[in-house]
Amino acid sequence: LASVHNSISLLAFIIMAFFMLAYAIYKTTSPGIIVFPVVFLLTFVAATGQQPILFTSPGVRTSWLFVHIALIFTGYAALILSFGASLLYLVQERSLKAKKASEIFLRLPALETIDEIGYRSLLIGFPFMTLGLIAGIVVAETTYGRVNFLDPKVTLSILMWTVYLIMLYTRWSSGWRGRRAAYLAAGTFAAAIIAWAANYFSSIHRFVS
Amino acid sequence: MNFQLIGVNHKTAPVEVRERLALPESRLPEACKKLIEHPGIEEGMILSTCNRVELLAKTKNGSADLRGFIRNYFQVDPADFDQHFYEYRSNDAVRHVFRVTSSLDSMVVGEPQILGQVKEAYALARAVGAVQSQLDSLLTRAFAVAKRVRTETAVGSSSVSIASVAVELAKKIFGSLQGKHVLLVGAGKMSELAARHLLAHGAGTIFVSNRTYDRAVTLAEKFNGEVVPFDKLYDTCDRADIVITSTGAPHAIFRREHAERFLARRRNRPMFFIDIAVPRDVDAGVNKVDGVFVYDIDDLQQAVAAHVADRKKEAERAEAIITIEVERFQTRLQSLDVVPTIVSLQDHLETIRQAEIDRVRGRLGKLDPDQELAIDALTKGIVNKIMHTPITTLKTAARDPEATTVIDLVRRLFNLQDRKGQAKSTAAGDQEVKN
Repeated sequence: LASVHNSISLLAFIIMAFFMLAYAIYKTTSPGIIVFPVVFLLTFVAATGQQPILFTSPGVRTSWLFVHIALIFTGYAALILSFGASLLYLVQERSLKAKKASEIFLRLPALETIDEIGYRSLLIGFPFMTLGLIAGIVVAETTYGRVNFLDPKVTLSILMWTVYLIMLYTRWSSGWRGRRAAYLAAGTFAAAIIAWAANYFSSIHRFVS
Repeated sequence: MNFQLIGVNHKTAPVEVRERLALPESRLPEACKKLIEHPGIEEGMILSTCNRVELLAKTKNGSADLRGFIRNYFQVDPADFDQHFYEYRSNDAVRHVFRVTSSLDSMVVGEPQILGQVKEAYALARAVGAVQSQLDSLLTRAFAVAKRVRTETAVGSSSVSIASVAVELAKKIFGSLQGKHVLLVGAGKMSELAARHLLAHGAGTIFVSNRTYDRAVTLAEKFNGEVVPFDKLYDTCDRADIVITSTGAPHAIFRREHAERFLARRRNRPMFFIDIAVPRDVDAGVNKVDGVFVYDIDDLQQAVAAHVADRKKEAERAEAIITIEVERFQTRLQSLDVVPTIVSLQDHLETIRQAEIDRVRGRLGKLDPDQELAIDALTKGIVNKIMHTPITTLKTAARDPEATTVIDLVRRLFNLQDRKGQAKSTAAGDQEVKN
């Protein structure tokens, strides 16, 4: 993990690994319709990036940082798969309600299967995300001595984590699925992207010192 | 391709006729033996199912009296039966065998049992030696074609009836039906049938609720299910994943607010309402609740119709596959036909050449080895030149439906008997070639 592009490739790889896992269990390639473009985009960016941004910040050398990145990325990957699943759920629900058997309808897996894929990847993703954030805090503390909770990266990350937690909770307590679950998944996904984008505003979470 | 087929099926004959000709499995071996003893028949096979009885034969010269066999064997009056028979020869017989095996000729197109039945009939006939090389290659090909049709088209993928469409929809919602609970509201025949289908696909407990308590009990006993008193319906309904309604109630029993309540109690796990009552038992508003899917009788019928249309399309594709396969099979058989003819033609001309050399050899006196070689090369060259066109024609003819005529013609021109009789004919051939 010497550069941003390396880590983007890693993310793509983990997403694929999740996809394969879902395929092995549920024998469906349908999430691929969402997952493949994402993976393509990530590897494309990684492969064609003009100048690889090298990690030059001192924190990179710590193995905690590697743990931090790997865990967070696993969380991201689970989130993407879950988001993909909830989109598929919407499509399938709509076609079941419309009562017209279309090609898509026949190809997509059963509603409950899609739902399970989405929920399970959420469940798997959460501990990774949590541990990843903790690792991040450890890294920050060893590098800067203390954590500045007002730094946008830190704030947004915690916000994302909270949205994630809320989503899991509603899912678990009232079994939200379908449209509402999809909105939540989309929300969490958006929060995750914002948290990622915060790299460009953060003073502590930078790749280059 | 001297195949010949005669038969009756569900389209051409009423059940009274079919049952008169049907043969139980125990009688098939003996019947097959009888069939190949019939004059002009070399190989034979009999297929007897509830929808069809068919006799397939490889004949000596392309036409055997299969009707005569049926008359004798079944002791039936041809006047009553002849109108129900269909009869196919050569390519048409091949096509028919392919269609039957691929389930395109079935009452329910695409039903999978027929392939097994043909396989059994084939195995039985083979066991008594009635099926040999030609029928064997035909049937083996037919099984391959059936497999191809099954994998390349969707003909066999779905069965068509309201109950099976309901099961299919349920599977699209729940994935596996394992452990899903089914509630029957109203104890009609149709809902019973649907419940039976669902059970056959793994559904768990059946609950029955009916205004007349006794009927609910009777029906519940059939399925080993539980009775839900009608006044407890709204309290228990959420335990069911699939609800089949068929009451004679004049107003909807389930309305949107009910469905919303059920869903909340089920923590939003989906529910599937199958409403086969007219007037409907489930209000249209119920379908608007997230996670609730309502299919009424019209929706189901529409799904059935869509299936039938899909099937028609798929069946057309299957027919196209069969046309290709019939052609392929024909080419293969014919190239098998052509090879012996080419071989005997070559043998024939070689014998003539040898005989002619032997005849003039004495008159030529002493020859040195070079001259011997030259004579050999010369005569061989002539023979090869002469043979070139007939052989190429034969080879191209193998791909042509006219093949048998060409083969016959060549055989007659060169007076080629079957390979054993050939030696004797050389004398006559001798004269022809010299002139």
